[in-house]
Amino acid sequence: MTTTVAGIRARFPRAFGPPPGTRALRWLGAFLFVAWLCVLCIWFDITPSRLSRGISGLFVILRQMIPPSPGQQWPDILQGLAESVAMAFLGTFVAAVIAVPLGFLGARNVLVNALAHFSIRRVFDGFRGVDQLIWALAFVRAVGLGPLAGVLAITAAEICVLAKLFAEAIENADPRQKEAVEAAGGSRLLAIRYGLIPQVLPVLLAQTLYSFESNTRSASILGVVGAGGIGLQIAERIKVRYWDEVSFIIILLLVTVAVIDQLSARVRRRLIG
Amino acid sequence: MAGADALEAAFQARRRARFVAGFGGGAALCAALLVSAWVSEVFPASLIEGAPRIGEYLAKLVPDLHLPVLFAGVDAQGSLGYWMYRLDSWLWLLFETSQMAALATLSGAAVAMLLCFPAAANLAPNRAVHFAFRRTLELFRSVPDIVYALILVWTFGVGPLAGILAIALHTVGALGKLFAEVVENADMRPWEAVRAAGGTWAHGVRFAILPQVLPNFISYVLLRFEINVRGATVIGFVGAGGIGQELYSVISFNYYQEIGAIIVLIIAAVSLIDLTSERLRTVAIGRVE
Repeated sequence: MTTTVAGIRARFPRAFGPPPGTRALRWLGAFLFVAWLCVLCIWFDITPSRLSRGISGLFVILRQMIPPSPGQQWPDILQGLAESVAMAFLGTFVAAVIAVPLGFLGARNVLVNALAHFSIRRVFDGFRGVDQLIWALAFVRAVGLGPLAGVLAITAAEICVLAKLFAEAIENADPRQKEAVEAAGGSRLLAIRYGLIPQVLPVLLAQTLYSFESNTRSASILGVVGAGGIGLQIAERIKVRYWDEVSFIIILLLVTVAVIDQLSARVRRRLIG
Repeated sequence: MAGADALEAAFQARRRARFVAGFGGGAALCAALLVSAWVSEVFPASLIEGAPRIGEYLAKLVPDLHLPVLFAGVDAQGSLGYWMYRLDSWLWLLFETSQMAALATLSGAAVAMLLCFPAAANLAPNRAVHFAFRRTLELFRSVPDIVYALILVWTFGVGPLAGILAIALHTVGALGKLFAEVVENADMRPWEAVRAAGGTWAHGVRFAILPQVLPNFISYVLLRFEINVRGATVIGFVGAGGIGQELYSVISFNYYQEIGAIIVLIIAAVSLIDLTSERLRTVAIGRVE
């Protein structure tokens, strides 16, 4: 009986690390991972020289971004910001109004038919895969350049997101209140009105406000494809390399988003208590 | 009876107050809606003019399929093959897009993992470090990835590299914040044990904190990967690689059938990746419990 480290290692090999099979698998995994990285680097032409050239170019741009300057077009910038916020507000509001009935249809405790419930939810999930910018580009082709296309894009993309969130919120509601209304002789519609809506309304409002915040962020880039808002200003200034104005607009954008977040958090606290 | 009257009066007063508050809120909402409609140029006239065109446009995207020849070859008009006539190159582009998102998520997560420990209040050596790292992460997070891409296309040239870096930069900020929050919720007793046994700060992070937080990190990385796949599908709009470039050109040239085909493929790919990653996430979280 040896009590040296070597002796114990011989008697309890598993206490000192994984068995050889697992170890070989780990090495294989690491090898495959490195191989995958190498293939991607060759495929996407990621070379050290290209990276260093790009990064030095980036530093040139960063130096030109300081100090930020508003340039000559203050009114345009402010109008773009206002447009972005307005697009987000209107788009979110319309989307929320449309998403409420869809959310009820997608909730398992309202629509009992499993097949209908499942297919409605899958449709929401599917359309969530289409990014807002794709909607924006399509709507720009359909209704022309301008914020109207942006509002429509935000509405279209947000309906699916909110409908899914609403459906989940409705499913999480306490069923006992609904049962009480039904037990007292209320119809299904009355049960939803008095047993379900009072419970879920604060949750729905909170989620709508959250998506207003996130849409303010995304509305700021819809202009890149011509759908109105501050994105157009950023894209135009990047095209002509007015980097100091680009950084100014980005800072202004960050401030606006922070202000909207604060305001929305306040409203949320007041409404939900 | 006086008690009942007082109750009734209090009830009425409360009802009136709620009505006034609701009315005020409704009026404010209506005013905000009117102002934003005016600012974003959504007028009844433009809506009435635009609505039919939206319908027309969306109707044109619906593929022209005929049931009898649905599974006929690529040459038969109205077949699936005719609709998806460039399926191979589109699938390849989608694969490229997903690989861009994977590489961007991975590199972003690697940097976020370095930055998140000093950004966590319980591990930062002092408040200044905590504050500085938190603000840095916020800065990375606040700029949308498309804006990064617009700038990086200038310095790294048109192509996937600019897109990957743009998504990675945004991911650093987004994941760094979530990681730091996970670290702040970690149990500090293992940390104290490692430090009491003479371990350095790095030892503590490696042996006390990392084993606790890794499952959560993996779950957040997978979640971010799903988001980044969506982002990567549009990053090509500004010339930063992936399926977006192709989608942009078919939308600009009004090749309606192709638009529909690519969007269907994107939806399928994104749903597939979401489902897979959801599975993996439950596995990663399940390991802790």
